[in-house]
Amino acid sequence: MSEYIIEMRNITKVFPGIKANDNITLQLKKGEIHALLGENGAGKSTLMSVLFGLYQPDEGKIFKDGKEVKINNPNDANALKIGMVHQHFKLVEVFTVLENIILGAEDTNMGLLEKNRARKKVLMLSQKYGLNVNPNALVEDISVGMQQRVEILKMLYRNNDILIFDEPTAVLTPQEIDDLMEIMRGFAREGKSILFITHKLNEIMAVADRCTVLRKGKYMGTVDIKDVTKEDLSQMMVGRQVSFTVDKMDIQTGKTVLEVKNLTVPSKLHKNNAVKNVSFTVREGEIVCIAGIEGNGQTEFVQALTGLEKIKSGSIKLYGKELTKLSIRQRAKSGMAHIPEDRHKHGLVLDYTLEQNLVLQRYWTNEFKKAGFIRSKAIRKHAVRLIEQFDIRSGQGPITISRSMSGGNQQKAIVGREIDRSEPLVVAVQPTRGLDVGAIEFIHQELVKTRDSGKAVLLVSLELDEVMNLSDRILVMYEGKIVGEFDPKKTTVQELGLYMAGGKRTNEQTNEQTKASLAK
Amino acid sequence: MNHLEKLKRGLSTVLSALISVAIGLAFGFIILFLLSLSTYASAGEPFTLKQVFDTAYNEGFLRLMKGCFYMVRRGLKTEISQAAPLIMTGLSVAFAFKTGLFNIGAAGQYTLGAFGALYCAIVLKLPWYLCLLASVLFGAVWGAIPGFFKAYFKINEVITSIMFNWIGLYAVNTLIYGGGTGAMYCAKTTKTWVIGSGVYEGTTIPNISVFLSEKPQGLGLYLKDTSIAIFFAIIIAIILYIIINKTTFGYEIRACGHSQTAAKYAGISEKRNIILSMAIAGGLAGFGAGLYYLSGVAEWQPLVSTSLPGFGFDGISVALLASSNPIGVIFSALFIAHIDVGGGYMNASFFPREIADIVSGIIIYLCAFMLLFKTAISKGISRVFGAKKELEGGK
Repeated sequence: MSEYIIEMRNITKVFPGIKANDNITLQLKKGEIHALLGENGAGKSTLMSVLFGLYQPDEGKIFKDGKEVKINNPNDANALKIGMVHQHFKLVEVFTVLENIILGAEDTNMGLLEKNRARKKVLMLSQKYGLNVNPNALVEDISVGMQQRVEILKMLYRNNDILIFDEPTAVLTPQEIDDLMEIMRGFAREGKSILFITHKLNEIMAVADRCTVLRKGKYMGTVDIKDVTKEDLSQMMVGRQVSFTVDKMDIQTGKTVLEVKNLTVPSKLHKNNAVKNVSFTVREGEIVCIAGIEGNGQTEFVQALTGLEKIKSGSIKLYGKELTKLSIRQRAKSGMAHIPEDRHKHGLVLDYTLEQNLVLQRYWTNEFKKAGFIRSKAIRKHAVRLIEQFDIRSGQGPITISRSMSGGNQQKAIVGREIDRSEPLVVAVQPTRGLDVGAIEFIHQELVKTRDSGKAVLLVSLELDEVMNLSDRILVMYEGKIVGEFDPKKTTVQELGLYMAGGKRTNEQTNEQTKASLAK
Repeated sequence: MNHLEKLKRGLSTVLSALISVAIGLAFGFIILFLLSLSTYASAGEPFTLKQVFDTAYNEGFLRLMKGCFYMVRRGLKTEISQAAPLIMTGLSVAFAFKTGLFNIGAAGQYTLGAFGALYCAIVLKLPWYLCLLASVLFGAVWGAIPGFFKAYFKINEVITSIMFNWIGLYAVNTLIYGGGTGAMYCAKTTKTWVIGSGVYEGTTIPNISVFLSEKPQGLGLYLKDTSIAIFFAIIIAIILYIIINKTTFGYEIRACGHSQTAAKYAGISEKRNIILSMAIAGGLAGFGAGLYYLSGVAEWQPLVSTSLPGFGFDGISVALLASSNPIGVIFSALFIAHIDVGGGYMNASFFPREIADIVSGIIIYLCAFMLLFKTAISKGISRVFGAKKELEGGK
């Protein structure tokens, strides 16, 4: 019996224009939590897709318990008890949670689905591991966090022993992350082996036993977590020192840019309102952050703000100009840039090339349009500049089909596009979701630069580190209401967490604070 | 890299279409061979396999492939006259595809276009170019209605446009027939009045002979009676190609086609785009009917037209074969018209002319595999060019 339950030796995988994996070796021990660390496009997802049978390696071998195995498709992987939670979930949106979990491993009796037995097993598993889901809800209706729990349950339902988590915490709240860490530790204690793909160093330090680092498709080494520091890891991953805090000087805030008053937005999921009577302002030269656990109305609020969804009542003013009756395009023209939450659904036309996507919010301006015709040279020039400036990596440069780019680079393209518009207000929703430390550092710097140049930034984030680091003011949203307003210098993550979970609320206080800060 | 990539994308599309065509023809030949075999066998006389093969090849396959050139004097005119409306319905479907819509209603829009053109020609006696305009308008309205339902009520355009196909067909039949006394109806022939004849001077699209010398030679001789409709169709195809690929309007409709949500985020009004592109698709199909009926090659038969005009549905095949590329539509429409005409020239005692439909049917079926061919071809191209590059690098 080999020491390693899974061994990937000298894996090489080449895509057109890019060597995604270059002679990579990964050894996973039984019962360990093994982190796989690397920047965007370092080849983590590719390596895992090779292990999961989605890609065939051009070179290299895979061993399970010391025996060489061929994994030609996910079914082979499944037979070897390998399960994976993908970064972009692979769920059938119009199926229920239960149907998704059993899909491919249906329990049948004379050709008929044994849904009740399956439901019992799912409920049992979800209780045992604290993975709270509603088996009868449609996947398209549930939150991202719950979708992830469905993916985890899918693996458990199939009795998998080797669990691959592809950037699982990107979408979770701090509490949820803690829970997930605990769940992972529990899995490891039971003897399951976990491959944990991430670029969040804190999480690796907290939960992993060992860590393999990749950089630009190459193998950088495997280390024992107890022997290294966060700084060591980031150095290995990026190849240089990275600062974890954002340098931000104090600047004077200017005129009010955005003024939201008594905004109420109906919910699509239930009869209640998703956003209830929300009021606040954002001024020139400040980053205001809406913190909160996912699904507390942030998404609906931003969609109402940017015009994607209709509001019920209230007003939105940009430099005093009423926006509520304006179309999406008119709002954008009035001075609002928007980094959307869902980069695949809203941020990009995935089948467009990178250069076409980089003008998605500007193709109609005179810079790129002449007498109704597209100025392709201007678009190319624009793309080349943004690719350079924001370090957007892709196989074929401006003409890469966006779908084929890594998630992090897709995000960089969107962030670059929106910040480059230099509108007075940037609405950034989870702008660093799924990005590595290098890219996060860069995007944070860009947002701060935007603020320093006298623009207003409205940041919606689930990541408390980001919230604490970046914002000048923090608003906590809970069940569609703003339940507290904080100065990041005078509050703690723990306090924010309490408000986010609905444990405390200070409505009156908030109003007083708002008044006080307005008076300043 | 850049040019290689463009070449790869273009070449692999064209090659995969050609592969589909080749496989379709091969299947066609097998069917011809079997038909030939069964005819010989049922005749009860001794025969050799060579005879079977020769019949299948010479009297079937070769004539199918030759198309109009088997009897070029009459065939060429038929083929060109058919290709023009086929290009237009092909463009209609292709354009809607680009917006992410499936315009199965091209047949109905074509029918309305025919009505508009014939009404203006026969009843109002307008010059042909105004009649053409009418055909566009009638088709556009008929396309816009399903578009409207899709945009505002989220009703699938496939369902509405199929219903509008039949509504359009019977409405047009009823209007033209008018209980036997319709102004456009000639009771003697049970068709609409022949617009090529003297009474309706100026309502027909001019013939190619206007471009030719008094006594044309060679191809000109066969083409002089053919109307210039085909040129309109080709020009429209080119214009459409430019609109789709080079204009901001094209950028918008393609964005809608790929991702409605992202298009919405970009501030593109998807409702407006859906209605507009269905209207344009309808206008294109209607224009096709105008080109056909105003060329004076056929009349509408309100009593026997109980099935939808084939040009409408063949447009779907044409668009699929061309991967919705407007320039490709020109060639795929010519091809479909070619084998259709060729099918008519096969020896009818052996082979029904519907063989042509079988061949085009198989080709369309194979179009579904085009992505598969494409990937393989594009890999092959990379290998060839990649190797070449390495060699060059070695120098």
